[in-house]
Amino acid sequence: MCDTCGCNVTHGNRHLIEEGGKHAHTSDDHVAIEVLENLLSENDHQAAHNREHFERHGVLAINLMSSPGSGKTRLLERTIDHLKERYKIGVIEGDLETENDAQRIRDKGVPAVQITTGTACHLDAHMIHQALHQTPLDELDLLFIENVGNLVCPASFDLGQHLNVTLLSVTEGDDKPAKYPVIFRAADHVLITKSDLLPLLDDFDPDNAGQALQQLAYKNPITLVSAKSDQGMDEWLNWLEAQLSQATATEPATV
Amino acid sequence: MLRQVEEIAQREQATSVERIVIQIGPLSGVVPELLQQAFTIARCGTRAEAAELVTQTQPVRVHCLQCGYDSDAQANRLLCAKCGDYRTRLISGDELLLASVELTKN
Ligand SMILES: Nc1nc2c(ncn2[C@@H]2O[C@H](COP(=O)(O)OP(=O)(O)OP(=O)(O)O)[C@@H](O)[C@H]2O)c(=O)[nH]1
Ligand SMILES: [Zn+2]
Ligand SMILES: [Zn+2]
Ligand SMILES: [Zn+2]
Ligand SMILES: [Zn+2]
Repeated sequence: MCDTCGCNVTHGNRHLIEEGGKHAHTSDDHVAIEVLENLLSENDHQAAHNREHFERHGVLAINLMSSPGSGKTRLLERTIDHLKERYKIGVIEGDLETENDAQRIRDKGVPAVQITTGTACHLDAHMIHQALHQTPLDELDLLFIENVGNLVCPASFDLGQHLNVTLLSVTEGDDKPAKYPVIFRAADHVLITKSDLLPLLDDFDPDNAGQALQQLAYKNPITLVSAKSDQGMDEWLNWLEAQLSQATATEPATV
Repeated sequence: MLRQVEEIAQREQATSVERIVIQIGPLSGVVPELLQQAFTIARCGTRAEAAELVTQTQPVRVHCLQCGYDSDAQANRLLCAKCGDYRTRLISGDELLLASVELTKN
């Protein structure tokens, strides 16, 4: 995937290799070592800075990851419907080209910043930082980051989020966790989405998906949800609220 | 650790990097092809322009929290080989380590 997109060199990392950049010195003897070290450590450094932003403002940040079209935006729309009276929610949308997802969220009366990643197939901490400066963090309790639809790279880039949620839709096949162990192991909650379609599909068995996750030594919750029929939404919302109250209990009282 | 190697390179007064060997665990989330691709772009115009990047895959091993046994596993099957329990902790397989660097001096 990244072979074609070269996505590790995103806008935020480009300064590393451009002339005059930290790693572009031709006189440097061991530039390669630095470059490799820095590909991920620059991101991690920025991610830590993002996390500071969240914590200073008392915002719980959740990173949503999945294949393209497995229902991230629709789940967010439904989640906002249920929670917006009680919590102040914001969204950062990662998408390859369009503003559509952000517009769908704004239509729910919630602030949304769109990051168009262009060729990059994941979000990185630098992109999130830029978006943060357009996000009214002061006014938020909960910030969702909808990552680019992709089960590979998003798992490698810390954005500064507190929690990861990985979606698996019933239209994708119950063996996905075995094929993409890293992104499923990273999850604090796995949502099996579009459960209303289960009666129409004879080849997706939620038990098989659960077993594939168990084989990854995955120990966190797995919830069957439908943003259409609202099945499982209570379980998901209760989990979210539990995370929110846990976060506010441990956050410093200062703003 | 990478910094250590840099220090070695500096101490050895190397002028170019010939070969870099990296050990990657299948569960590190780093795709060897991704790293190769990034490396190809990043080394341009540097002394490491001709350096070869070698990636070696590390074994996946788990420690069983039930029976205490350590065993080999597969990236998508992290069960205890002895008792079959899924409650295991990863001992290795998620690392990204710099194994060796070959330098040229003049
Ligand atoms: N039947 C059914 N369809 C759903 C459900 N959730 C989402 N969909 C449909 O699946 C399609 C994709 O949903 P999105 O929410 O846009 O998926 P996404 O993950 O945000 O997609 P990308 O941002 O493009 O990766 C849309 O046509 C949705 O209406 C669900 O619970 N049930
Ligand atoms: Zn979407
Ligand atoms: Zn990518
Ligand atoms: Zn900042
Ligand atoms: Zn055991």
